[in-house]
Amino acid sequence: MKSLFKINPKLDPAGWDRKKRIMREVFSKAALYLVLVIMAIIMCLPFYWSIITAIRVNDEIYSLPVTLFPSKFTLEHFRRVFNEIPFFRMLLNSLITTGVGVFTNLFFGSLAAYAFSKIRFRGHKIIFNILLSSMMIPGVITLIPTFFVLLRFPLAGGNNFVGQGGIGFYDNLAAVILPGAIGVYGIFFMRQFFVSLPDDLAESARIDGAGEFRIYFKIYLPLVLPGLLTLGIFTFQSGWNNFMWPNIVLQSPENQLLTMAFKAFQNSRNTDFGPLMALSIMMAIPVLILFVCMQKYFVQGVALGGVKE
Amino acid sequence: MKGKINLSMKARRDIVGYIFVLPALLCFVIFVLIPLILSLILSFYKTDMFFMDMEAVGFANFGRVFRDTLFWRSIGNILLYTLMAVPMNVILSLVLAALVNSKIRGSKVFRLLFYLPSITSTVAASIVWLWLMNPAYGLLNEILNAFGLPDATWLSHSKTALVSVTLITVWQGVGGNMIIFVAALQNVPQQLYEAAKLDGAGVFTMFFRITIPMLMPTMYFILTMTLIGAFQLYDQVYVLTSGGPANATLTPVYLIWQNSFGENAGAQAGYAAAQSFILFLIIMAVTIVIRRFDRDSAKGGK
Repeated sequence: MKSLFKINPKLDPAGWDRKKRIMREVFSKAALYLVLVIMAIIMCLPFYWSIITAIRVNDEIYSLPVTLFPSKFTLEHFRRVFNEIPFFRMLLNSLITTGVGVFTNLFFGSLAAYAFSKIRFRGHKIIFNILLSSMMIPGVITLIPTFFVLLRFPLAGGNNFVGQGGIGFYDNLAAVILPGAIGVYGIFFMRQFFVSLPDDLAESARIDGAGEFRIYFKIYLPLVLPGLLTLGIFTFQSGWNNFMWPNIVLQSPENQLLTMAFKAFQNSRNTDFGPLMALSIMMAIPVLILFVCMQKYFVQGVALGGVKE
Repeated sequence: MKGKINLSMKARRDIVGYIFVLPALLCFVIFVLIPLILSLILSFYKTDMFFMDMEAVGFANFGRVFRDTLFWRSIGNILLYTLMAVPMNVILSLVLAALVNSKIRGSKVFRLLFYLPSITSTVAASIVWLWLMNPAYGLLNEILNAFGLPDATWLSHSKTALVSVTLITVWQGVGGNMIIFVAALQNVPQQLYEAAKLDGAGVFTMFFRITIPMLMPTMYFILTMTLIGAFQLYDQVYVLTSGGPANATLTPVYLIWQNSFGENAGAQAGYAAAQSFILFLIIMAVTIVIRRFDRDSAKGGK
């Protein structure tokens, strides 16, 4: 390094150029890191602040000047979450609706996708295109009628077989599970994986007398496993974050999902930020665990979703 | 004889195919097709969400939508929001993608940190931002003060509320788009850059002359998806502002939800259905315009 600074540009032009180049590289790298670090601080600030708020006492939350570190540590806010709302029941509800949704979307979605791409039954193109075009429709259009269909569902929740007399699936987890059980996006997504696989595998298995379900399950499904995992993550995320629809169809606290839990601490009179921060941290934990375990598929999946279109 | 066997095998395969798609079709018919038809019927009636006391009103609901200043206020809001959020989101995610894609130590860690907001739920993230933007004890105002700046009103004033919501959604949305851009960047052939370097091109020239044109298809995909998502803004509004202050953050979906299930819903179901169809048409129109641009630029690029 030392010799670099003692170069005379007139006597050693090549060395001077090298020095300039190295200086420029060092400078641009430092600038790059500076931008990255500032961005990282901005992106992570909310996480830091929710944790800090969740573990400090109320006196400190609502005091000025705002301090960056808590002086006293408390679990009071977490205790309040557990005491004032049926937290574990809501957690279980969220896990059930999300888990069932992941299973049905992966199984029935890939089954349909297989049929569309490898069985090619009569009319498969028309049916697939109809399904595909329905992805354009914003969910808000079907809000009221879907509510009505679930409320008047035959033989559910005290209804008779024409859907009268009871409350159907209202205030029932099924009201959240059923409408999203088999998403068109999942079929579309999985079909792309099946299409990229050769047909010969199915043809030769058929000649050997294997049944269609066996071919789907034993031969093709293992080959589209990365796609399944990716779709599973997508479905998990959207199920876990589902708010608007559950907020319409689920009424009693013990039937609600975790995304609705915040309402217990936020009302027109006051907003209780301590428990709210504790709650939002606990809501993030399951997704974070999933993310850490399956990071590769998260990133691959998002990328795939964009590139494959 | 042979033809007959083949035919029956074909028929059997057809049946198996139908059985395989049957669950998906049932789900589609019950929860998309039937509701869609019901919604269309609903939009020509004055009734509540239980389809009680149905009174045919012809196109009156649609006529009312066009005269409803609140509805057009919400459309104006969402257009303004889209004009702010979508470019901000696309540009920022592209810049971040370019930064974390450079071959430097720790780029994977940064990629992870930038992606973190995208995996948290909108509800949880919105609650945290509500606290960060709290007018009295919020951290953001404290940071502004530390730099010698005065308090900002954030979500509590009609002039700043929509911008604040935009910042929050961009914060949460850039990570996912960044990942898509990174994947697309890795598909750009490296020879292009090497050839440009030999010609003496600088970093910025290469970015605007090679990277951007090569990313155009991805850009349009992200643009369309972000746009469709932006038009359906609801969760954040519910948690952060309830459409206020003074309807400054009222979005179409939030308004339709209010008319369908909100406190004053009453017999507004038919009207809400009409509103949702008008919203659908607006989204379609915008998407078609973007598609047209996409096709034109693809032709121009050739």
